[in-house]
Amino acid sequence: MGIIKIKNLVHDYIRRDEEGNVEGTSRAINKVSLEVEKGQFIVILGHNGSGKSTLAKHLNVILMPTEGSVWVNGKDTAEERNLWEIRQSAGMVFQNPDNQIIGTVVEEDVGFGPENMGVPTDEIWQRVDAALRAVNMVAYRHHSPNKLSGGQKQRVAIAGVVAMRPQCIILDEPTAMLDPVGRKEVIETVRELNEKENVTVILITHYMEEVIGADRVFVMDQGEVVLQGTPKEVFSQVELLKKYRLDVPQVTELAYELKMAGVELEDGILTTKELVEGLKRYLLREKGKDREGK
Amino acid sequence: MAIRVENVNYIYGEGTAYKIHALKNINLTIQDGEFIGLIGHTGSGKSTLTQHLNGLVRASSGKIYYNDQDIYEEKFSMKELRSKVGLVFQYPEHQLFEVDVFSDVCFGPKNLGLAKEEVEKRAEEALKSVGLDSSLYKASPFELSGGQKRRVAIAGVLAMQPEVLILDEPTAGLDPKGRDEILDEIGKLHQERKITILLVSHSMEDVARYVKRIIVMNQGNVQFDQTPKEVFRHYRELEKIGLAAPQVTYIMNELRQNGFLVDTDSTTVKEAKDSILRALQGRRES
Repeated sequence: MGIIKIKNLVHDYIRRDEEGNVEGTSRAINKVSLEVEKGQFIVILGHNGSGKSTLAKHLNVILMPTEGSVWVNGKDTAEERNLWEIRQSAGMVFQNPDNQIIGTVVEEDVGFGPENMGVPTDEIWQRVDAALRAVNMVAYRHHSPNKLSGGQKQRVAIAGVVAMRPQCIILDEPTAMLDPVGRKEVIETVRELNEKENVTVILITHYMEEVIGADRVFVMDQGEVVLQGTPKEVFSQVELLKKYRLDVPQVTELAYELKMAGVELEDGILTTKELVEGLKRYLLREKGKDREGK
Repeated sequence: MAIRVENVNYIYGEGTAYKIHALKNINLTIQDGEFIGLIGHTGSGKSTLTQHLNGLVRASSGKIYYNDQDIYEEKFSMKELRSKVGLVFQYPEHQLFEVDVFSDVCFGPKNLGLAKEEVEKRAEEALKSVGLDSSLYKASPFELSGGQKRRVAIAGVLAMQPEVLILDEPTAGLDPKGRDEILDEIGKLHQERKITILLVSHSMEDVARYVKRIIVMNQGNVQFDQTPKEVFRHYRELEKIGLAAPQVTYIMNELRQNGFLVDTDSTTVKEAKDSILRALQGRRES
């Protein structure tokens, strides 16, 4: 079994009036099944209200299934005795760094998680060192978190999760509030954790550029997984993605527009390099045809 | 002439160990009817600057003029300034509080002391111009999606009928379609109602697509104040100060280095496409 297995998951939000009577329900997740292998880099896309965050909150038991099951590292999230073990194996990072930092000094904030787990003091410091190294923030260990930039704060929040040695990190729009360089820092940090430490990553984002390089992409709409595949496969479906209120990276859109204008290029171009090579090949072919024509 | 900022400095925590010089000798003129993008890394002073423009924060030194009137003069009405210069904060949906959408939008004009009919007329107009369906007017703001809430919050400021609208990252956290819809509506407000707009954004792609002028802030200074094409030519310098150019700018530079005679000033997908098609045509004929 993969590190995460979701089977026929349904989640209903129930609205109650002041006396606690049910006023209505809305279905946020509708029969989702998916599996994530250990060490994978997964991206979940979907418009606001498509169910991404609700899905993510099931992975470290902030929410429990209405129907169906979720297993994290082989443990069923519906069983209360698994709760702490699951939260240690699946750590979560949220959108706003200011809501996640509690320490007055960077290194204390990072040590908070392992301390709460009852890790011995010596080991806490070892873990803090390693976590700060992993997010490239060692130089700021004695700084006050509120003097850091948005990207730095978010890296401290990630270090706080890393110090708990989770096998899997779930990031719910971790870059939504950051400037371009902050976004890049955070995504590079997450990629490194995935590649060097083999941490499984589940990234929820609205920035299509952050999808490139992922092992697998899931697209959600109205509580269901409507499209999945490699970034190339998913971004080949430009029109379908737009229907789901999403987009493609600018380079993919440019290639798509050029193709519509008659320039033969392959589908799902994801990088500038692919586009440059594609255009060079196109030009060679066309010149060849022109020569034959003469 | 709408707003003139002269030698403005702002210092947080003056006289303490935490003193921060957030704005350093800023000089700017914002003309009526302009559509300006304000970009800068987190902590560069963008938000502090916007809060000066409607008098929420008072400059430590320097002067600000609104239609040639000194806003720090004793007889100048700050209340009036705040109704003329509307400020939409980051995540404005956190500020919705009324029982339904319509009442929430009415709150601002009601506080201006207008008659009930006028208040409701303005609220309706404002909701219409942000493209919110009338079936939602009586809904609780908390039942709406993120994009819808954001629209209601913007309508709340529009109902004050501001002459200048400042939006602090109005699309943060929205999905791509929601982002495009809100920006299109802001663009329409600018075109149809001639409202002066100052858009604070971290998305270089969005800024490139909509604005005519970009002000780049860095460590409390104005680093660049030019057209988008001119600003994004400095993409290497922008990267050093936490920013970037739109992705197409990088693509076009890469193509140019590979011998395609494309226009490296392209900042939108459409411009890039047209330029590449022209370059391809040229190469085939050569």
